[in-house]
Amino acid sequence: MRTVRRRGGREGSRVGSYLAAVVFAIPFLLPFYLLLRNSLMTQAELGALEWRWWPEKINLQGFVDAFDNSTAPLGRALFNSTMVAVVSAPVSTLLASMAGYAVARIRVAAARPVFLLVIATMMVPGAATFVPTFVVVGSMGGVNTLWGLIVPGLFNAFAVLLFRGFYLRFPQEIEDAGRVDGLGHLGVYLRLALPNSAGLIAALGVLSFIENWNAFLWPLVIGQDPAYWTVQVAMSTNLTAQAINMPALFASAVVSVIPLAVVFLVAQRWIVRGVMLTGIKG
Amino acid sequence: MSTRTGTGSTSAPVRRRRADRGAWLAFVVLTAPMVVGLFVFKYVAMGWGLLLSFSEARGTIALGTWVGLENYRTLLTDPRFRDSLAMIVVFTVIIVPLTFALALGLAVLVNRLRRGRALFRTTFFLPAAVSYVVASLIWKMSLFSGVPSSVANSLAGLVGQEPIAWIATVDPPLYWVVLVTVRLWLQVGLYMILFLAGIQEIPAELYEAAKVDGAASEWKLFRHITFPMLRNTSVAVVLLLVIAAFQAFDEFYNLLSTGLAGAPGPDGRPPLVYLYDVALVQQNYGVGSAGAFLVTLLIVVVTLLQSRLVGLGRRDA
Repeated sequence: MRTVRRRGGREGSRVGSYLAAVVFAIPFLLPFYLLLRNSLMTQAELGALEWRWWPEKINLQGFVDAFDNSTAPLGRALFNSTMVAVVSAPVSTLLASMAGYAVARIRVAAARPVFLLVIATMMVPGAATFVPTFVVVGSMGGVNTLWGLIVPGLFNAFAVLLFRGFYLRFPQEIEDAGRVDGLGHLGVYLRLALPNSAGLIAALGVLSFIENWNAFLWPLVIGQDPAYWTVQVAMSTNLTAQAINMPALFASAVVSVIPLAVVFLVAQRWIVRGVMLTGIKG
Repeated sequence: MSTRTGTGSTSAPVRRRRADRGAWLAFVVLTAPMVVGLFVFKYVAMGWGLLLSFSEARGTIALGTWVGLENYRTLLTDPRFRDSLAMIVVFTVIIVPLTFALALGLAVLVNRLRRGRALFRTTFFLPAAVSYVVASLIWKMSLFSGVPSSVANSLAGLVGQEPIAWIATVDPPLYWVVLVTVRLWLQVGLYMILFLAGIQEIPAELYEAAKVDGAASEWKLFRHITFPMLRNTSVAVVLLLVIAAFQAFDEFYNLLSTGLAGAPGPDGRPPLVYLYDVALVQQNYGVGSAGAFLVTLLIVVVTLLQSRLVGLGRRDA
């Protein structure tokens, strides 16, 4: 790209930037278009030799088949995924907030050791150790249960670290004022500190919701019975099967993406903030 | 007690003891769920896993049949496990620089836009809302399927190329294109956001000063100001990318579930897929646990090495 350092050149480089942005945007949007197009096609159209921009006639049979699938009914899978995401996001965020507040603001001898115990777990990569986690959860009877899907993921050491950082900066004067009003440690946390950290809670909560909705390895390991498949596991099972009802599979994918696309567009501000907070890990 | 603050007076010992007890109680209530959870699902899990890795444990998670380092020997002498390590190293070496460069490039590009910045930021970030399973479906069945009407083969057809089998063959090894582009599409937006945040924190005066000094070209400004100022972000991004790449599972499992047809060559399994097969399909929890520790060790070593390298680079500069 040539950029000439004159007024006209600067205009030219601006146009060039927009042109480049549009050119890059195409491959980023293409998969979304394919997803929608394919969900509205017939199996024959999807296997055709010729490229086709749009189905000859809109076919909604895929959506009917997806919910009608007797081995992996989409309704059940959506229910499981919803339970996992709706429970995990607020609970894991709240637990991290509680622990983060305690190690930041309550001065007891145990604060330091507890904090070290928590952050030491950050050294262990989560996915790589799925076998040991499976052994423990399995021994507790967690295979093919909703709690087995949810509970092991509720304890996020890194979120504790972020909340600790936030509460360390929480003004002492507010805490003192609460004390004067007769609040104890729990009262200060619940009435003053927790409401003040709503922004951080929203950012981490939305990220957790997305992560849990899209999680694959752990749900695959723990939800072995079709009744406990999340929507990701159900789709994967169909994708890796011998015979594939393609319109139904693409329809399932459309249905599974819609809730997240909505969350994404509505809560993007919080997501961006969450990403910025969690990315500054190194 | 070493840490004491000036908020509460210590005039009355009784009151102080009561306050201490209140603090203890609040501390226990607030930290107990996290401590118990991490203890059970991290500490007990890792301890049990370590013991299992020294045990013969097929179809059982009970300890007792000690075999020393046999499970580790089994893994390290299994060519398929060694292939999986080689595969993940190659994958990491390709995906990390690609994601880094594209994320940084998009961040600089989006930052130059005045109007429509939010629109393009959302466009590049939107794939982060899609799961690896859904993306694998689109890549396998539509973008890079072997049929002539797939996007890739339609484009190939425009230049007179015969349809390509993509993930259905190792020769030519074009399955790498599929594996790399799917992860690139899913993750690049997230790192673009990190770079954008970093760019926006660079003081504008630096650019003004450089322009006065005559370093006016965009490339020079990028090389001498933007990139050096993004040092911390860059280090964090590379670290996160490497850790994520070494734990790749979803796209390999969903794209190459039937393996790569046609030996010789890798069978398309990174370490986590290999371990899934060992632990969940063959139910060999001893070898599976040993593998978990080997992969963890590998990640920790690579992470430490990287921090070392970065540290040395800093002293040079």
